[in-house]
Amino acid sequence: MSQDVGRKPEAYLSVSDLVVRFPSEDGIVHAVEGVSFSVTRGKTLAIVGESGSGKSVTAQAIMGLVDRRVASVSGEVWLDGEELVGMPDEELRGLRGLKMAMIFQDPMSSLHPFYRVGDQLTEAALVHQKLSKSDARSLAIEMLRRVGIPAPGQRVDDYPHQLSGGMRQRVMIAMALINSPALLIADESTTALDVTVQAQILELITKLQVEFDTAVILITHDLGIVADIADDVVVMYGGRLVEAAPTRRVYYAPEMPYTLGLLNSVPRMDRERVDRLDPIPGNPPSAVNLPEGCVFQPRCTYSHLVTDGACVDRNPDLVEAEPGHFVRCHLPGAERRRIADGVLATLAGDPA
Amino acid sequence: MAGYLVRRVLGMLVLLFLLTTTVFFLFNILPGDPARLTCGKACSPTIIEANRHRLGLDEPVLTQYGKFVAGIFVGRTFSPDSPEPIVCSAPCLGYSFKRGEQVLPLIMRSAPVTFYLAIGAFVIWLVVGISLGIYAALRRGRWQDRLIMTISLVGYSLPSFFIGLLLVFFVIVKWGLLPFPSYVSPFENPVQFTQTMILPWMVLAALNAAFYMRLTRNQVLETLGDDYVRTARAKGLPERTVIVHHALRAGLTPIVTAAGLDLAYLLGGAIITENIFSLPGLGALAVNSITDSDLPLIAGITLLTASLIIFANLIVDLLYAVIDPRVRLA
Amino acid sequence: MTGQPQEVLRVTDLRTYFPVRSRGLIPHVVGQVMAVDGISLSLNAGETLGLVGESGCGKTTAGRTVLRLVRPTSGKIELDGQDITNLSMKELVPLRRKAQIIFQDPYNALNPRHTVGKIIEAPFRIQEVEPPGGVRRTVQDLMERVGLNPEHYNRYPNEFSGGQRQRIGIARAIALKPKLIVCDEPVSALDVSIQAQILNLLRDLQEEFGVAYLFIAHDLAVVRQISERVAVMYLGHIMETAPRRIIYSGPLHPYTHSLLSAVPIPDPERQQKRTRILLEGDLPSPLNPPSGCVFNTRCFQAQERCRVEVPQLVEAAPGHYVACHFPVATPPAAVQVPHATHGDGSGPEGAVTGA
Repeated sequence: MSQDVGRKPEAYLSVSDLVVRFPSEDGIVHAVEGVSFSVTRGKTLAIVGESGSGKSVTAQAIMGLVDRRVASVSGEVWLDGEELVGMPDEELRGLRGLKMAMIFQDPMSSLHPFYRVGDQLTEAALVHQKLSKSDARSLAIEMLRRVGIPAPGQRVDDYPHQLSGGMRQRVMIAMALINSPALLIADESTTALDVTVQAQILELITKLQVEFDTAVILITHDLGIVADIADDVVVMYGGRLVEAAPTRRVYYAPEMPYTLGLLNSVPRMDRERVDRLDPIPGNPPSAVNLPEGCVFQPRCTYSHLVTDGACVDRNPDLVEAEPGHFVRCHLPGAERRRIADGVLATLAGDPA
Repeated sequence: MAGYLVRRVLGMLVLLFLLTTTVFFLFNILPGDPARLTCGKACSPTIIEANRHRLGLDEPVLTQYGKFVAGIFVGRTFSPDSPEPIVCSAPCLGYSFKRGEQVLPLIMRSAPVTFYLAIGAFVIWLVVGISLGIYAALRRGRWQDRLIMTISLVGYSLPSFFIGLLLVFFVIVKWGLLPFPSYVSPFENPVQFTQTMILPWMVLAALNAAFYMRLTRNQVLETLGDDYVRTARAKGLPERTVIVHHALRAGLTPIVTAAGLDLAYLLGGAIITENIFSLPGLGALAVNSITDSDLPLIAGITLLTASLIIFANLIVDLLYAVIDPRVRLA
Repeated sequence: MTGQPQEVLRVTDLRTYFPVRSRGLIPHVVGQVMAVDGISLSLNAGETLGLVGESGCGKTTAGRTVLRLVRPTSGKIELDGQDITNLSMKELVPLRRKAQIIFQDPYNALNPRHTVGKIIEAPFRIQEVEPPGGVRRTVQDLMERVGLNPEHYNRYPNEFSGGQRQRIGIARAIALKPKLIVCDEPVSALDVSIQAQILNLLRDLQEEFGVAYLFIAHDLAVVRQISERVAVMYLGHIMETAPRRIIYSGPLHPYTHSLLSAVPIPDPERQQKRTRILLEGDLPSPLNPPSGCVFNTRCFQAQERCRVEVPQLVEAAPGHYVACHFPVATPPAAVQVPHATHGDGSGPEGAVTGA
């Protein structure tokens, strides 16, 4: 695995071979095992994976929210020309909320129940900007307006429990963007919301992305919203990056059997026939006992096609199947494409 | 909020009323003749009967109760038509024949000592308990955590008299670091006051700090795992702010409850500690009144202590509303 | 076809209200949360009716009321032809054999102190049923049937994954071969690949045992996968009921249109060409629902009549019921918002690298 692609100058964020491990009662948890990707301002990267894939830990490691006294974090994370993994905690803290910000899944529990919304917003601003109290408050009200909260001058003094779920998520977004960070990470931020509210929040994020020229990392398991707003996709499984490509390629020409399996498992509203789903057999892997070979092999229906049994013995390298399209799989390219075409053709059926 | 307040205050008043009724009737059904107890060993039946009449103990129970309750509000005069009426000014908690004094002034003389003792210890144990609790939570699982929890266990299990006597033996007798405790008012002689109070403060604090260490540690550990703490860190807040303003603040409720009730309880007199250090506080007064079977005084102290707890409950409830806006605005 | 379909469940004008007590000086009832406000539906043997809606629409309350886990305020519930609306808890016990429930949260639905075997045995013990071959044997067969290893009989729930726990819940529900199973968001808490497995399992069990499902979910794509008919709920009312195909490709109710337009499709080309219907405002409080049609405050074509008169559920086409004064087949373009498309994102110099 070559490492000369360490830092992409034009990317705002470059992650290079990130590894995060935690000790636990059952052994070492390999939460993230060598993940690399980058994001540029104004673009959206989706990190797709199921539970245990390591997608949330990756985001937390980038933000410096992983406790380094407990976990081991290695690799390189370059944010706007500064390297974060080697950076001391105190300096890293100065960047959190200023250059990179994160919003989480459950807006009710992510806001402090005892403090007013406005106070939480001004707190976020005052950490990084030298403002007077009244200026900070005006900024907070302005941000509430920008995220589409009606009557922001009054809402600013509300408590979180007085707002609806969608409004709380908007408050979270306002809080994240109040210092105009160039990177926004949204970790399953719409999972807990109704579908109509989800659509509104996604639109808000993309609108603000244009206004602030933000790089957005969208962490999700929902292939629908990925298709909606992502420019590029990174698929994670068992802590490893198994496929990375622009969105259209992932949906129309996936190379990794896991990605194919995911696309196959998702119930679709747009297909005429409603067949039995074709799920991936088995269960997601345990992050403690990683297999020697390919982490997806136990559930892969095609591993028998790799004649030398490499799937069981060796973890495949990440190869560039097409320009900009990376995949980690032992299957020869032609095989992969044949399988993918076959599966997608069945999937296509007659569009609704 | 107003509704919450009013309901709580009304509830407290009802409780206080029930309390006075219970105390009164309790002391009336105790075995033994209250009139007999008004005088010591050398007591003739004539004196007993005279006292019974003077204290109105020969009147029907309900009348006595009525006068008792009325006395709390407007004062009371025992045997007004006799040549020596005993005036008991409002709020009248009774008259101690044994000591020849109204109960309330008796209590008021001992109260300040207990007050200083309780408040001093309170401050110490809160500061020590909470800060060590936070520290243990932050170093969870490591040797600092284990050490603090062990100390806490020891402090918790050792009875106060043991710690007290230990301290007296070593600090005062063996090492001579402090003189024997002898209470004076802090306004009279602040140095002697402090010298006297240090050890009793430490005894009480040691006991309670142990509890607060554990409680705080558990609360902080619990709230540190909550999502809003993660948000606070993601905003780039300094760790100290995250821990105190976000984690601790959210977990404050049980700590406030415990603190309020513990303080109220202590204000009623720390019997053992006062005894070991010869402090003339309410605890000592209570013990003496029991050994003397001075019923009115015992009743008075009981009433006072219980009222303090009820009142503390109200304060604590109000504090909840201050801390947690969801309580306020539900 | 196999003859007259048997009706397993019929619900008529069901209402479930929850009283709200004030916190003033003297607690008294100040209002009602009208969680379910007059719904009617029916379910035949072996059929699946999907009940969809967003949070607060009352679908979960409806599911629980149907099973008498929650007390209905008014209306009628008929299970397998028998009126169970007002039966006492004791009288309901034998009826529990006919109707069961699968819960949403696999981590909370199983008693952590009971072994798997004990959990699945419970229905037999409670109903005092002795299956041929013995209880243990039957339980192990059930475990196998739902995809669990029968040798794990003596394990505890915490030794299983979320998907496996849901299988345990399913085994428990199907143990006495009920006629009806209320599935309350059974796959929402599961990973995508596991969701598909569980949905397939539910379908297979339905074919094998002829059980009817009342499938409650908020995910429209999931509901489409498993339901023959779908009912759309909003604020305690059913807005539209129709066979699956019609609901998804030819709905008539403005709310259904809005809902469908908001669900993203996992197909970038199509998704980015779609438009979405904007829903104005916030969900009204169920304590104080709008007068007339409850949807009128957010409907793109609300008129005076909608604010005044409650629309009844009428049959607009065979099997297709709509509760709307002005059902519409194609929402006007004016209310549709173009998608927030956002750059092309398909070039090879996209933002991905590898190492």
